[in-house]
Amino acid sequence: MEEKDIILSVKDLVIKFRLRGDVLTAIREASLDLYEGESLAIVGESGSGKSVFTKSFMGLLDGNGWIDSGSIIFDGEDLSKYKTEKQWLKIRGEKIAMVFQDPMTSLNPLKSIGKQVLEAIELHQDIKGENARKKVIEILEDVGIHEPEKRYKQFPHEFSGGMRQRVVIAIAIACNPKILICDEPTTALDVTIQAQILDLLKALQEKYNLTTIYITHDLGVVANVADRIAVMYAGDIIEIGKCEEVFYNGQHPYTWALLSSLPQLGVKGEDLFSIKGTPPNLFYDIKGDAFAPRNPRALKIDFVERPPYFSVSPTHKAKTWLLDPRSPKVEPPESIQVLRQQWEVESNG
Amino acid sequence: MDRKSKEILLEVKNLRVEFGKRKKNKFVAVKDVSFHIYKGETFGLVGESGSGKTTIGRAIIRLNETAGGEIFFDGKKINGKIDKGLDKEITRRIQMIFQDPMASLNERAKVDYIVSEGLYNLKNYRDEKERKEKVEKALLDVGLLPEFLSRFPHEFSGGQRQRIGVARSIVMEPELIIADEPISALDVSIRAQVLNLMSELQKKKGLTYLFIAHDLSVVRFITDRVAVIYKGEIVELAATEKLYKHPLHPYTRALFSAIPHPDPRKERAKVLEIYDPSRHDYENNPPKWVEIEPEHFVLANESELEAYRERLKSPDESYSL
Repeated sequence: MEEKDIILSVKDLVIKFRLRGDVLTAIREASLDLYEGESLAIVGESGSGKSVFTKSFMGLLDGNGWIDSGSIIFDGEDLSKYKTEKQWLKIRGEKIAMVFQDPMTSLNPLKSIGKQVLEAIELHQDIKGENARKKVIEILEDVGIHEPEKRYKQFPHEFSGGMRQRVVIAIAIACNPKILICDEPTTALDVTIQAQILDLLKALQEKYNLTTIYITHDLGVVANVADRIAVMYAGDIIEIGKCEEVFYNGQHPYTWALLSSLPQLGVKGEDLFSIKGTPPNLFYDIKGDAFAPRNPRALKIDFVERPPYFSVSPTHKAKTWLLDPRSPKVEPPESIQVLRQQWEVESNG
Repeated sequence: MDRKSKEILLEVKNLRVEFGKRKKNKFVAVKDVSFHIYKGETFGLVGESGSGKTTIGRAIIRLNETAGGEIFFDGKKINGKIDKGLDKEITRRIQMIFQDPMASLNERAKVDYIVSEGLYNLKNYRDEKERKEKVEKALLDVGLLPEFLSRFPHEFSGGQRQRIGVARSIVMEPELIIADEPISALDVSIRAQVLNLMSELQKKKGLTYLFIAHDLSVVRFITDRVAVIYKGEIVELAATEKLYKHPLHPYTRALFSAIPHPDPRKERAKVLEIYDPSRHDYENNPPKWVEIEPEHFVLANESELEAYRERLKSPDESYSL
């Protein structure tokens, strides 16, 4: 892979929340390097910490949460040391912007679409009046809204779900951010619209030179849009690699489990693979591999010591003891083996 | 499969549902929809939001009034004015599972009450002891423990809540369950659990499902036959495997082309088809509902039919996932 510049670098980040008198560790020493211009997908179940992790890049943690240790380096500054809203306002929206999950609730129902995009532009850029209006119409056109002049004056309730999500995206890119974080951008949408929105995001990434982070629980959705995939479990990134590497040559048992529970890979008439049990309670300290209690293939050491990253290739690493040369050979489930074989055949042929 | 040997459990004939009383704001959500469901099968109803699929489900269970057409359950007409006895019987024999387990459970009631509410309403238990037994059995059936009875919904995870939703419908010992997007609000890993639970219950209790969804990959996995609905009209209906081999109607094809594959190579090669209703020349050449091959119906006019017949001869389309 060609060398790319690192735009954002997270090191050993720990995020904690105070909840009903107890302290919960939501992010457990997670590290991530984000390369300029790439699109990275963070995949995990609800409660895995994927939203909290990315929200911390924008200072959007809830009031009861804080960054306990670690660093987030962006533009030469450590964001984890930011304290005041004033500092954050220079980053939020301007450098790092976010597209939220539900377009039905993330727009102001009392303001026209145009005004809402305008607001973002006037707040962050030195454009006013007619020029700003023109810019809004330009952006609305870019996100695929037809007749932007007419749509400018309309209100959110006059838009369908897919169109609203386009408006939300317009607001996010209005200030030419460097990083765009899309938090489940298509979960609330129909399948047909979902595909269109993903296509749009891909096109915008090129046009606006964005680095994008997708957050999702559905691996199927990101196969098309992501360059790299990070799998998150219990507040840590347990596997990260190029899209193909994670899909066809996944190493962590949790990655296998996530993939094989997709109905696309199921066999009709048979039970679909499902992950037993529930994610660990983050109020307690986790010993060893966090996934071990739910993993039928767990080794003894998985319950004792937390695995470090083992590299599979220069671009692919996973936190699982299975990759340690001393561990016994464990075969992945059948559906994963099929994927692997396909990949090997195609790569060699 | 021999169609004659199968018993029809539910029949929907020319169903029409309208919203808005006055002419000005009248909206026809379902126009002239007909289909039937055999006993013991899983019938899928697929379409995007606003297509009327949920409205059909709600019309069957008498939550929406029908403006025209008939619905028969086990040979009896169940829409429009019916007597109280039949109404009660329908409530017991047809049950529903809703989409969002976060919103569909009463936050202030204990699981015990949530699951037995239907029993209370119909009083179809002899004494307190029998009610308790029924409720505990329903919980065990969905993989929850009887000691959860005294807990509140907020103490459960999304998957467990959906199990409670399933438990409160099977406690009535229904024959038909209408599952309205039962898994779309759930995480992928939990989806698998709920789908497995549903098929396990079907095998054990001989249930019939009407499975309403927008995600074709899930529908393929669980249904025997599928109807594709667009703007209140069924455009294609077929045995699931036949539909996946040869999707004919352009709307069906658009839906298929949008399925996300967990496979980067396939995803990158995929071409998105977008459905444009104006491509049909239905003014001069109105469409008919035709059985184009056994167990495969499509809405099309003469010229389209010809093209579709050609397509049927082509080999299996690689929509197989």
